[in-house]
Amino acid sequence: MKTLHVAILQFPGTNCEYDTVYAFRRLGHETTLVWHKEESLPEGIDLVVVPGGFSYGDYLRAGSIARFSPVMKAVQAYAGEGGKVLGICNGFQILTEARLLPGALKRNRNLHFISKIQHLKVVSTNNAFLNRCEKGDVLSIPIAHADGNYYIDDESLDEMERNGQILLRYCDAEGNPEVVNGSVRQIAGICNKEKNVFGLMPHPERAMESILGSEDGVRMLEGFGVA
Amino acid sequence: MKAIVNVYLKEGVLDPQGKAVHHALGSLGFDNVKEVRIGKQIVLELDESDREKAMKELKEMAETLLANTVIEDYDIEIAE
Repeated sequence: MKTLHVAILQFPGTNCEYDTVYAFRRLGHETTLVWHKEESLPEGIDLVVVPGGFSYGDYLRAGSIARFSPVMKAVQAYAGEGGKVLGICNGFQILTEARLLPGALKRNRNLHFISKIQHLKVVSTNNAFLNRCEKGDVLSIPIAHADGNYYIDDESLDEMERNGQILLRYCDAEGNPEVVNGSVRQIAGICNKEKNVFGLMPHPERAMESILGSEDGVRMLEGFGVA
Repeated sequence: MKAIVNVYLKEGVLDPQGKAVHHALGSLGFDNVKEVRIGKQIVLELDESDREKAMKELKEMAETLLANTVIEDYDIEIAE
């Protein structure tokens, strides 16, 4: 396992940054918190994580204002050069708003804020993120969001399926598809075509210890350290 | 000048809020409502007198920030 230097972004309203720091440190990695006003990322980083929360109070649309924070220009450039970026929950919303990931996240179908431990089915593993998982694995990971209803047009969706860009789907304990928030084809996580930008609504950083209900997050996040 | 930007989900993109309100109207006895779509209205006061220039800028505002064109459409009204 390689030791990574992980930059974790902080916007006004971000609230999962310390859980994310904890998760990556538990895996033996170094972390640096980066305030959104920074115009550059630390030297020599291996991964940028856009953590969960409610950046700018979710005003206008979740993630729509954070994407114009100064640090996001540096993230765009970093991703453009092939750097790895992971967006969790609000981070996923920010990355879709920034067009670093395709599609958009709408209000949940039942209009509820859904907060519970959810089963997820691993769909694609030939990427820098889920390479420690097996295709078809059923993971148990917390979700906590009001705007996780993933939408993209059918044509783009078919193309994403062909490219192996669908990473995770909501499912039941047996791995059968489960409608949770209204996402098209029960999508919970995706990546871009180049497979260096990843986004998911569930929170692997909250599933790092069995005492907290699940340690399946370990298997997900340690994928980044596989050289 | 005053401008109004209306933002709403694209035709064909399911509007969960509109659906819930439609259902609520139905249970209140308004059974002739065929569809409800919910949008946002953004009202801007501009320090600008050139209508054409304002329209161009408003379009840019809508495309970059006010609407997410992956899922939303918008229209712009300029009120004198």
